[in-house]
Amino acid sequence: MAADDLIVLRPEGLYCPAGDLFIDPWRPVERAVITHAHADHARRGHARYLATRAGENVLRARLGDITLETLDYGERLRIGEATVSLHPAGHVLGSAQVRIEHRGQVWVASGDYKIAPDATCAAFEPVRAHVFVTESTFGLPVYRWPAPEAVFAEINAWWRTNAEAGRASVIACYAFGKAQRILAGVDASIGPIVVHGAVATLDRAYAASGVALPATHLATEIERGALGHALVIAPPAATSATWIRRFTTRAGPPEIAFASGWMRLRGARRRGGYDRGFVLSDHADWPGLLSAIEATGAERVIVTHGYEAPLRRYLEERGLQSGRFETQFGGSEEEAAEGEALDHSAEVSP
Amino acid sequence: MKAFAALYARLDATTSTEAKRAALVDYFQSAPPADAAWAAWFLAGGRLGALVRTRELRELGQQAAGLPEWLFEECYQAVGDLAETIALVWPSVSERADTDEGLAHWVEAELLPLAKVDHDGRAARLRRLFDRLDEAGRFLLVKLIGGGFRVGVSRLMVERALAEVAGLDPKRIAERMMGYTDRARRPTAEAFAALIASAPASASASSALEHPGEASGQPYPFFLAHPLTGDSSRLAEVLGPREHWQIEWKFDGIRAQLVRRGDGVWLWSRGEELVTERFPEVAQAARTLPPGTVLDGELLVGGVERPAPFAVLQTRITRKRLTARLLSETPVVFVAYDLLESDGVDRREESLSCRRARLEALLAHAPAGLEISSVLAPEANWPTLAALRNESRARGVEGFMLKALDSRYGAGRTKAAGLWWKWKVDPMSVDAVLVYAQAGHGRRASLYTDYTFAVWSRPPANDAEVANTIAAIERGEVPAPEALTLVPFAKAYSGLTDEEFREVDALIRKHTLTRFGPVRAVRPCLVFEIGFEGIAASARHKSGIAVRFPRMLRIRRDKPIGEADTLDALTALLQPMD
Repeated sequence: MAADDLIVLRPEGLYCPAGDLFIDPWRPVERAVITHAHADHARRGHARYLATRAGENVLRARLGDITLETLDYGERLRIGEATVSLHPAGHVLGSAQVRIEHRGQVWVASGDYKIAPDATCAAFEPVRAHVFVTESTFGLPVYRWPAPEAVFAEINAWWRTNAEAGRASVIACYAFGKAQRILAGVDASIGPIVVHGAVATLDRAYAASGVALPATHLATEIERGALGHALVIAPPAATSATWIRRFTTRAGPPEIAFASGWMRLRGARRRGGYDRGFVLSDHADWPGLLSAIEATGAERVIVTHGYEAPLRRYLEERGLQSGRFETQFGGSEEEAAEGEALDHSAEVSP
Repeated sequence: MKAFAALYARLDATTSTEAKRAALVDYFQSAPPADAAWAAWFLAGGRLGALVRTRELRELGQQAAGLPEWLFEECYQAVGDLAETIALVWPSVSERADTDEGLAHWVEAELLPLAKVDHDGRAARLRRLFDRLDEAGRFLLVKLIGGGFRVGVSRLMVERALAEVAGLDPKRIAERMMGYTDRARRPTAEAFAALIASAPASASASSALEHPGEASGQPYPFFLAHPLTGDSSRLAEVLGPREHWQIEWKFDGIRAQLVRRGDGVWLWSRGEELVTERFPEVAQAARTLPPGTVLDGELLVGGVERPAPFAVLQTRITRKRLTARLLSETPVVFVAYDLLESDGVDRREESLSCRRARLEALLAHAPAGLEISSVLAPEANWPTLAALRNESRARGVEGFMLKALDSRYGAGRTKAAGLWWKWKVDPMSVDAVLVYAQAGHGRRASLYTDYTFAVWSRPPANDAEVANTIAAIERGEVPAPEALTLVPFAKAYSGLTDEEFREVDALIRKHTLTRFGPVRAVRPCLVFEIGFEGIAASARHKSGIAVRFPRMLRIRRDKPIGEADTLDALTALLQPMD
């Protein structure tokens, strides 16, 4: 790394010397810029937080009482010698790319991002940069997402079929982001929607931020007779716990689906043991990563969590300079491949 | 092709037999007969063979996707399946012609001719074919032409689905499907129509005699025995005089019914699966029997004198292709023990002693491949039999069959026709530790009821060593080569009451160490007594042994886990194979 790099890797996390600030640090620091509120990016224990205004409610819902300063998307703030601004990353509500400018150099750290449309958050905005720090969760050409409309149509059809058979439809997904995206995308006229407590907490933060979601019930609030045509949204851990048994109707146990980018692969679908897999991701797919990288105009790309090696090699073969930050991102949500890491008991409350 | 690809995807997406059957029925009800004919052919095990070599397919996928070779390879490593990799990386064609030729057209006009064109011509043709398909279609295409078509559907399941579509007995469909997947024959719309055509008004055994060309291979329902348990000193009291009983050794083979009618031979397993083609030596021997004969018996490797363990027979059932070598290494014999039909006449209402006399007369000069089960001499009284039964394991049998001499041949487990008892030796058992658990199906879904059990690799030196081993398992450490370990050897999911299952389920949730998909690794803390019927050496199992019919006899709450059995205790139960 050159001496004048705007972002470097420190034991605490990604560090910007010019602004004396960290981006999504994993150890407690004085000043943390948070790209979004997922647990592996937004941790407790920092003295001061900076995040987007759009993400304030969800961040507070997750971290509680923190010293938080917010910026509107695109608003510039001078920190030390650096100029910092936050730009939509399209990942979840309030998610941002961090743009840092210093002496004519511009670096953008993507956090997690997706290109596909999402009704619950601002769309990804390409930002020109000299150096782009990108995630690579789905950095292989096999990961190409179907259009979200098509996936929601599949979900609706599946829900309808189950409802006709009198069986509840359960979708296992991450409680923050994916759950709300599904809520906003399904056809709520098919039947009642039940959400797990962990999802409901986030839903309230979304509502407070002005994101319209359909009406939902908690499991304890819905009458037994309505279960047979209900859609249930719950974190994966809940779907393998006793919690799920209450949705068994006379017609049988609920159909359980998993919504994740990993469901693109048949092996992942089968290993998860779910009845159905919906390919719905809040990360960029392979074409998305490449187009985002190209749109920045960056000549140097630093790759973080995911398929770093193939993405770097591919970029270098195309004449770009590449590097790698070994971060501690990934592991608390979709980035962690299906299975155990998804079962964060912290995500489950009765 | 779209419809069949959709069917494939539906079958592939579920592990539920019921869901698979429903998918098959939907497809067979709506598909044009010519397509359905090929679909049934593929699903029941028909194969085109590899029309295109794997390397060609790989190159084609890589070039079409415009990927460097290393990146295609990375993708393949991540996906683990070539067909899927190609399907996923193949570029989307924006204006795909919205035509959809059926499966029959695809196979006959597009796929089979591939073998006849040269390499370059084939690549160009394949490219056009792939471009016409969506992802599911591309995946299926590679499976069809690469020789890797497998979708977790048994022939039996196909037969049942077709039976439902046709409104016929599945056994009837099974008969008609004999030879359907032969390489020499190509499935046609006519062949499919014949498969599901409604049955002629009457096809009883007697009419088959009159019209041998239309013989029906229908078996009779099997007559089932009841387990005899309890104190062997009370045999006389329970069963009455010894001379009322016909007593035979109980073989550990596959119960089967051999039907010889008209020009045909049909061999049915007890699951009413037609298995004729898997035992050609038996079918050939059966051709020497007079038409209008039905025998009940047991398929056995080695015959009555030297019965091989069930594990050997299993190699014959599980192999898809019967090689000459397999046939010579595991020669199967049909050991007949009852006669249900002779001269085309149903004999089931006759007494067992009458049927036995007919059987003995029939098989007086049986060809190789057919044997008659021997009956124990009447001089052997109850106490002698009780003593003899203890030799069962050494003789490679499971115990005795006791059949009332005046019994008729009933249907199923009825007692109305007279009694048959199976008097098995007590199961072997060991004390083993619960190490993995998986949720059950159906009624037991979301309840952990399917368990994997382990025994110690050697006797633990002391309690401290046991504690250390468990601590290492909890930390997920890979054990040192000489270290004490728990060796998994059997899975079991029956033998506990619902109450006990709930209790163990709660313990499993409390003691889960890690999860792999639906499986939980459980902290070793519970000992069970595991019973099983047989044990054989097995190169395919890590423990080196395979047990038969393992089940839980009881929970041994009284046993500390350090006192569970060792692998040596298990291998000591192996019978020396001669």
